[in-house]
Amino acid sequence: MQANMVTAINNALELGMRENEDVILLGEDIAKDGGVFRVTEGLLDKFGEERVIDTPLAESGIIGTSIGMAIAGLHPVPEIQFAGFMFLSFSQLVNHAARYRSRSRSNYPVPMVVRTPVSGGVKTLEHHSESPEVYYSHMGGLIVVEPSNPYDAKGLMLKALHMQDPVIFLEPTKLYRLTKLDIPEDSYEVPIGKANIIGTGDDLSVITYGTMVPIAKSVIEKRKLNADIIDLRTINPFDEEAILESARKTGRVVILHEASLTFGPGAEIAARIAEKAVFDLKAPIVRVASNSLPYPFPGYEKYHIPNELKLSQAIDRVLTA
Amino acid sequence: MGVFLLKQVFSDNVNYIQILDENGVIDESLRPKEIDDKELVEMYKKMFLARQYDAKQLSLQRQGRAVTYAPLIGEEATQIGSAMAMRPNDMFVPAFRQHGVYITRGMPLETLFIYWRGYEEGDAVPKDVRGYSNIVPVSTQMPHAVGIAYAQKYKKNDVAVISYIGDGGTSEGDFYEALNFAGVFKVPLVSIIENNQWAISVPREKQSAAPTLAQKAIAAGIRGVQVDGNDVLAVYEATREAIENAKNGPTVIECITYRLSIHTTADDPTKYRTDSEVEAWKQRDPLLRVKKYLMAKQLWGEDLEQKAASENAKLLDEAVEKAEQFKPDPKTMFTNVYSYMPRVLQDELDAAEDNNYWQGE
Ligand SMILES: Cc1ncc(C[n+]2csc(CCOP(=O)(O)OP(=O)(O)O)c2C)c(N)n1
Ligand SMILES: [Mg+2]
Repeated sequence: MQANMVTAINNALELGMRENEDVILLGEDIAKDGGVFRVTEGLLDKFGEERVIDTPLAESGIIGTSIGMAIAGLHPVPEIQFAGFMFLSFSQLVNHAARYRSRSRSNYPVPMVVRTPVSGGVKTLEHHSESPEVYYSHMGGLIVVEPSNPYDAKGLMLKALHMQDPVIFLEPTKLYRLTKLDIPEDSYEVPIGKANIIGTGDDLSVITYGTMVPIAKSVIEKRKLNADIIDLRTINPFDEEAILESARKTGRVVILHEASLTFGPGAEIAARIAEKAVFDLKAPIVRVASNSLPYPFPGYEKYHIPNELKLSQAIDRVLTA
Repeated sequence: MGVFLLKQVFSDNVNYIQILDENGVIDESLRPKEIDDKELVEMYKKMFLARQYDAKQLSLQRQGRAVTYAPLIGEEATQIGSAMAMRPNDMFVPAFRQHGVYITRGMPLETLFIYWRGYEEGDAVPKDVRGYSNIVPVSTQMPHAVGIAYAQKYKKNDVAVISYIGDGGTSEGDFYEALNFAGVFKVPLVSIIENNQWAISVPREKQSAAPTLAQKAIAAGIRGVQVDGNDVLAVYEATREAIENAKNGPTVIECITYRLSIHTTADDPTKYRTDSEVEAWKQRDPLLRVKKYLMAKQLWGEDLEQKAASENAKLLDEAVEKAEQFKPDPKTMFTNVYSYMPRVLQDELDAAEDNNYWQGE
């Protein structure tokens, strides 16, 4: 079937709901309206009001209720309308979703997939462009995934629905309708915790994910470089093996993400490489990321998020060092 | 099972106020005495300007000259009625749809246009407007309003704080927490609930099982009242009275109004509501009833309306022109993060400038 990321996730949710009647969707405007990005469109008609729920406007309520459903045997898929509003449910995620399994010594796992649109580049109002992956990766207990294409989106969603863990499923709005791919009609899984090696080459490694994947591909292609492009797909727990293998091979590493530089995911990745493969490096690691400041209003966003020029200059630095 | 001794420990009720009805008839016994016919013409003109501003923003958005916009059409009486009841020193705390409040309180129109072009400079509300910035995360402004009101009380300022929230917003925890604090601290807060019946696609009855939103005040031990939010006189009077009473504590005013248009320019209401519902509310248009009254008294007519429209158009065009001359300086992203410039942030700024990152695509 031909699918963009919106229809791929929609299809994964439909298959997941057919497979398992404990899968329940809930969130603001997800039922009758089909979600503000139309990701849940048509599912109310297919599965009814008991399984596709328009909730009152309250994020902590949505996540807390989902946790309750999960520890009582259901497999909820809450949607938070934009990642910027997920902070209203931060307590439930950090204090309970991340810890219920651990505090109950696995008697009460929290099988749940929290879907939310992330990142910018589409000129939206304040709080609609956040890249919050590190917040959810830091405390342990939450799996954080972010697909960059329709194939991965469907496979990661089905995998998440087959696990007994809370999965934070980040959907880059910029990529929702960017490309259409031919993807399998049936259910399939993309492994969680495994990176996708997109291109391979010996010149350098570009480690990235989400909205920055198309930018990495474009720059590498335009400059006709032979590079490993590593799409992490899972941000926590990430694929350290793939990262180290590539870093050892090329000795030159650029880490690229839309989240801010300071204490961003690149800091953790660079630290792992420094700890475990520093003697294989031929150049200092370079990170390319957004500025270390609150995501600006839409008029300024082109000055905030990494562009091709910034990545290209970073590549020059690791190649010439 | 024992025998229960039943004793009622609590009861209360919520009153509803309407002064100017849909046919343009004023209940003179309830009419606020400051609002003579001349003043009512002023109110009408303000509502008319707000509506025209709204149409302008929409058309700019459709032409790609503004970002996603949240229209106010249908909610003018709630916004202008409450804003006109504020005394010069009172302060307001909006959500993100209260353009009519900003306009009434003297916000430069060009600043509003700059906001909706997508720049922080448009959210830098001048101090003399005595209002705060647009707040997008629903309901999160409510605890701020309590804190702002506490500060007034602490400093012994005779200032009331008027906050705004939608019907959907009253479902958030922050709303309940704010009312509870306001009740305990007895702060001079007037919490306007702009109940336009919809929170994007979710109708009022799916938001809460409570028959009124005003009654949420009662649980917090504070006063709650419901008014016809399309009746500018009722909104004015309820707000005026609540401000007068603010030194004794907070009031919640639920204004029953209607979102006549889209939620925002990114929304398609045909997916979730019927045209007939919208048509029914158009009969209760907040401008129409004032116009009916004023026309019957020969204080308004199509000639005056034409004149007002062309005056407004001139004001709006000039403001848009100024707003479109505004040139963003990316440095301001860095210089407004902290009270001082940390070395590590300065390094990022220098790198951006030295390497021309901002010229890249
Ligand atoms: C905390 C939070 N959750 C979700 C949203 C997305 N959103 C923006 S407006 C809105 C509906 C708000 O409804 P209401 O409070 O009735 O105000 P109205 O839009 O009708 O003025 C939603 C869900 C948001 N801005 N903030
Ligand atoms: Mg509403």
